[in-house]
Amino acid sequence: MALTRADIDHIAHLARLAVSEAEVPEYVGKLSRILDLVDQLKQADTRGVEPMAHPLEMSQRLRSDEITEHDHREYYQRNAPEAEQGLYLVPRVIE
Amino acid sequence: MQRPTVAGLSRLLRKREASSRELVQQCLQEIERHNGDLNAFITVTAEQALTAADAADALLARGEGGPLTGIPFAHKDIFCTRGVRTTCGSKMLEHFVAPYDATVVERMAAAGLVMVGKTNMDEFAMGSSNETSFFGPVRNPWDPERSPGGSSGGSAAAVAAGLVPAATGTDTGGSIRQPAAMTGITGFKPTYGRVSRYGMIAFASSLDQAGIFAASAEDAALLLEVMAGFDPRDSTSADLPVPAYSQEIGASLKGRRIGVPPEFFDAGLDAECGARVREALGVFEQLGAKIVEVSLPHLGLSIPTYYIVAPAECSSNLARFDGVRFGHRAAGVGSLEELYKRTRQEGFGAEVKRRIMTGTYVLSAGYYDAYYLQAQKARRLIAEDFRQAFAAADIIAGPTAPTAAFRLGEKTADPVQMYLNDIYTIAVNLAGLPGISIPCGYAQDLPVGLQLIGPAFGEAAVLNFAHQYQTAADWHRHRIARSGADGLPRMIDVTGSTGRSFSVVGTEMPTGKPRR
Repeated sequence: MALTRADIDHIAHLARLAVSEAEVPEYVGKLSRILDLVDQLKQADTRGVEPMAHPLEMSQRLRSDEITEHDHREYYQRNAPEAEQGLYLVPRVIE
Repeated sequence: MQRPTVAGLSRLLRKREASSRELVQQCLQEIERHNGDLNAFITVTAEQALTAADAADALLARGEGGPLTGIPFAHKDIFCTRGVRTTCGSKMLEHFVAPYDATVVERMAAAGLVMVGKTNMDEFAMGSSNETSFFGPVRNPWDPERSPGGSSGGSAAAVAAGLVPAATGTDTGGSIRQPAAMTGITGFKPTYGRVSRYGMIAFASSLDQAGIFAASAEDAALLLEVMAGFDPRDSTSADLPVPAYSQEIGASLKGRRIGVPPEFFDAGLDAECGARVREALGVFEQLGAKIVEVSLPHLGLSIPTYYIVAPAECSSNLARFDGVRFGHRAAGVGSLEELYKRTRQEGFGAEVKRRIMTGTYVLSAGYYDAYYLQAQKARRLIAEDFRQAFAAADIIAGPTAPTAAFRLGEKTADPVQMYLNDIYTIAVNLAGLPGISIPCGYAQDLPVGLQLIGPAFGEAAVLNFAHQYQTAADWHRHRIARSGADGLPRMIDVTGSTGRSFSVVGTEMPTGKPRR
């Protein structure tokens, strides 16, 4: 399946990835090859087959509603690129 | 000197014929001498290791500690280690210092194992050659011009070259078994859910599984005993008792059935690799096992299924890397959307971006049913094949990879060619089964891996079959011994008890330095 430049722009936007002008032809070529590979699956006869999302097919376990972790915000924020007074800083969102 | 084994070092330590400090110092010296050639380690934790070794020696002096107390080893850099840099092979996490330990890290430390460093890997475990690492490719100690396999290539090369006796790895589509095959060591992937994924940086959550590299199945059994077990912090962890694997590897194979699927011996399998695997099956017959034919008719669906499921899960898991809370952040951005896009563009390498884009596409509106839902159905067909095969066989055997180690750069231009290298390992992850790769000889003077696959939670059987083979065949004892003074050219000799030997010339390369 051959992807177009518009497809690449759309997917990159959904994935929140910037794609430079120079990268577009490579993405078109390599992603199209990958989609050709996975398209083989469309030929598989899966009528009546139940989807399998998880190898153990277990149900989600619940834990008791007890506090097991304490506040480590200060420690965790040491990895933050920009933080101030316990808050993560990001560019202005609301004008 | 024989290849060091965990079991052998444990005996030395407990008889007080060596100290943990001596073993750790020896590992650190080996890393210092050879990591420049191999690039197997991203981070070496020498000071911390020596402190832990001294604590282990103090325990042993009091007659305390367990069988693994004081044994040096390495963690793949995908496991979070509190206070130690955890990069996952990515620029995105180049400076990330984990605020907590993964459960595997905690359990191995509690057993007294001494971590000497964090090993190189494909970025976010996405790759089959260790060439996607931000820190540069790992080189195969058997031939430095070749790949050690991936994504756990650093751990595999470190164990194969004798820098450490054992190391952790993770296996999402073959990332323990394939590098073990390509470097001539034992690599074991347990059943999905057997070992906690807590603190293991997620790639594809329904496939990822932690496991082990070691010199032998006996070592893998010893290490699995401490790694495995229920973890309430991982909602996919299996709440089942952990058998004493190291006590269960002595059972006779008389009358046991080994299922061999013809699909594992297709046209893509290198003839010499196929011949070595067939010879290994002959060894099992001499041990009293019976070879039976089983079929995996949907094996051909496994690669397309995997390359829908894994990218879909990766696109979701890697959404957290946005430059806000941790990791790389693009400078000089004007808006939140630009922050996300430029951070991710700069922080991720080409293969990771390709998989995020593929996953985003197959999950996007209008394509979900055609791709993701269809892949989940195909996954059941593949798992059902294995279920039926295990009705006729105790274990399934075949090659681990279609060829021996390939040259660095040989497959990087075409991602699909790289993906096809995992044809014999991927189905095992889709079905969530345990599998091991053990060395079974050579093709073109490079190691060949024999893969043994068990039913879910059948780790004890897999390890027993592997151990019994290793009592009858000595390929796992072959080691790479280096000679010559420091500096180039460095000779790498391969010797085994069969007396076979050859050499190649090593090349210099930087240690753990970013390549982009």
